[in-house]
Amino acid sequence: MKTLVFVENHNGKATKAGLEAASYAIAMHAGNAAEITAVIFGEIQGDAGLGEVGVSNAINITGQHNSQSITDKIQSLVDQHNIQLLVCSHDNAGKEIAPRIAIRSGASLISGATQMASVGNGVVVKRNVFSGKAIAEVASKNNKVVLTVLPNSFGVKKTGGSCAMSADSAAGNDQVKLVEVKGNHDDAGIPLPEADIVVSGGRGMKGPEHWSPIEELAKELGAATACSRPVSDIGWRPHHEHVGQTGIAIRPNLYIAVGISGAIQHLAGVNGSKVIVVINKDAEAPFFKAADYGIVGDAFEVLPQIIAAAKTFNANK
Amino acid sequence: MKILVCISKVPDTTAKIAFSNPTTYDENGVTFIINPYDEWYALVRALELKETLGGTVVAASEGGADYEPIIRKALAIGADEGVRIDAPESDAFAVATELAQYAKDNAFDLILCGKETIQYNGGVVPGMMAEMLGLPYVFGASKLELKDNKVVLEREIATGIEVFESSLPMVVSAAKGMAEQRIPNMRGIMAARTKPLAVVPSCGAAAATAVQQFEMPPAKSGCKMIPADQAGSLIQLLHEEAKVI
Repeated sequence: MKTLVFVENHNGKATKAGLEAASYAIAMHAGNAAEITAVIFGEIQGDAGLGEVGVSNAINITGQHNSQSITDKIQSLVDQHNIQLLVCSHDNAGKEIAPRIAIRSGASLISGATQMASVGNGVVVKRNVFSGKAIAEVASKNNKVVLTVLPNSFGVKKTGGSCAMSADSAAGNDQVKLVEVKGNHDDAGIPLPEADIVVSGGRGMKGPEHWSPIEELAKELGAATACSRPVSDIGWRPHHEHVGQTGIAIRPNLYIAVGISGAIQHLAGVNGSKVIVVINKDAEAPFFKAADYGIVGDAFEVLPQIIAAAKTFNANK
Repeated sequence: MKILVCISKVPDTTAKIAFSNPTTYDENGVTFIINPYDEWYALVRALELKETLGGTVVAASEGGADYEPIIRKALAIGADEGVRIDAPESDAFAVATELAQYAKDNAFDLILCGKETIQYNGGVVPGMMAEMLGLPYVFGASKLELKDNKVVLEREIATGIEVFESSLPMVVSAAKGMAEQRIPNMRGIMAARTKPLAVVPSCGAAAATAVQQFEMPPAKSGCKMIPADQAGSLIQLLHEEAKVI
């Protein structure tokens, strides 16, 4: 199945989500990278990190592009190389490009795959529905398929190798353009949607001035910080930290929730986490039912012990 | 300014999720609401734009007669007209085809949708509509302003805020931050009863995907409790047992 992988570019390197989409496509072909071509737009450094995940062939399209001009170019690649399957990440860029390509090329679009797809008569894949409270197995009806992969669900598989990069160009489109990126969030921090470990605080933290134990534990674990909806609504923490049904959904390997009771709307944003730790002084907090590890106690007594243990752990690593 | 807001019917955020057979969601005892992203962010921002610039807000949905209560709710919140495209619930492609056909027939300046439904979590219907209509599109905007006949949009990303400029007409999907939820008042609810709710025939779009079966996620094996005075042992458990650090 001739496959094209769209990989997003961030400062010259493939994004983690883009590499994950490439790893996914390679696994779909049982490691046969010859079936797969990656496409990355904009200026890149070296092979943008594609060789390391096993991509052997890639096309770099220079210049400034938006989702419309990217779609125009991808569609011409689809026609030129007789592409049957397009794989991209279910991230902001993927959610703009995948639907356009699906319509343009008459493909079935299956969005947000969380498990490996099976290829037979079309493509069949599992995805989360009802905000992670259930799983649906979805099948394509058309011969051509566009598949988006939910970030942090499959992982980046570093197999090593080298990638042959060919350069190409494409016409731009200026109906919509990115005019500015305001880097007002903490650039040194780990982006929340990509983080493997997340430490999150709720109303139980009692006020924004008490956030230092959350930040300190996050720093020791190399984690991103997050918060519950009430905390962002009352302005203790910025909106972009809000995880839950109406904020963002995350799927880290480890989610540590401190002083969050675990309302169903919050769980909807974190139930894809592999391991959940809940720290709450209320033993009846519903979050414990969804947790793997629980500690009933005062956050301000419990966190210092965990931070101290993390420091010892890091020192002995 | 003529604005189309696409709304979807979803189970209430606290509804129990169960299936009466492998492909059917059990609606027994479930309360349905307007998808929160459609209602809180897309619809309310459309109403704010109408209040400052004048114009009309049309709330449209594709579904059976059981969709009418949520369209009435949109009218109660302040939409001027409701539209129900009379076709059964289907996949993103069929929904986008029906909505795009309606939009094509009725020339809107701006089409607003929520960034995804809390039921299917796909987030691809507005992108498909944009492609079918040949319009620019921005996914997941947290701010939308109109300036000199241009749309200025912001989108929150992990490291900051992206600012986009677009020509009109365009399609935008709305995320948290674009507006604040509005609770309909009694006058709005009364007015909604007499506002027009048109039923538009389907253009007969067919689905491009099919759900073969639903299943529940694997159950957690139970929560291991750690005494508060031994909280530090968590790090060792996470390293040796859970193997996540």
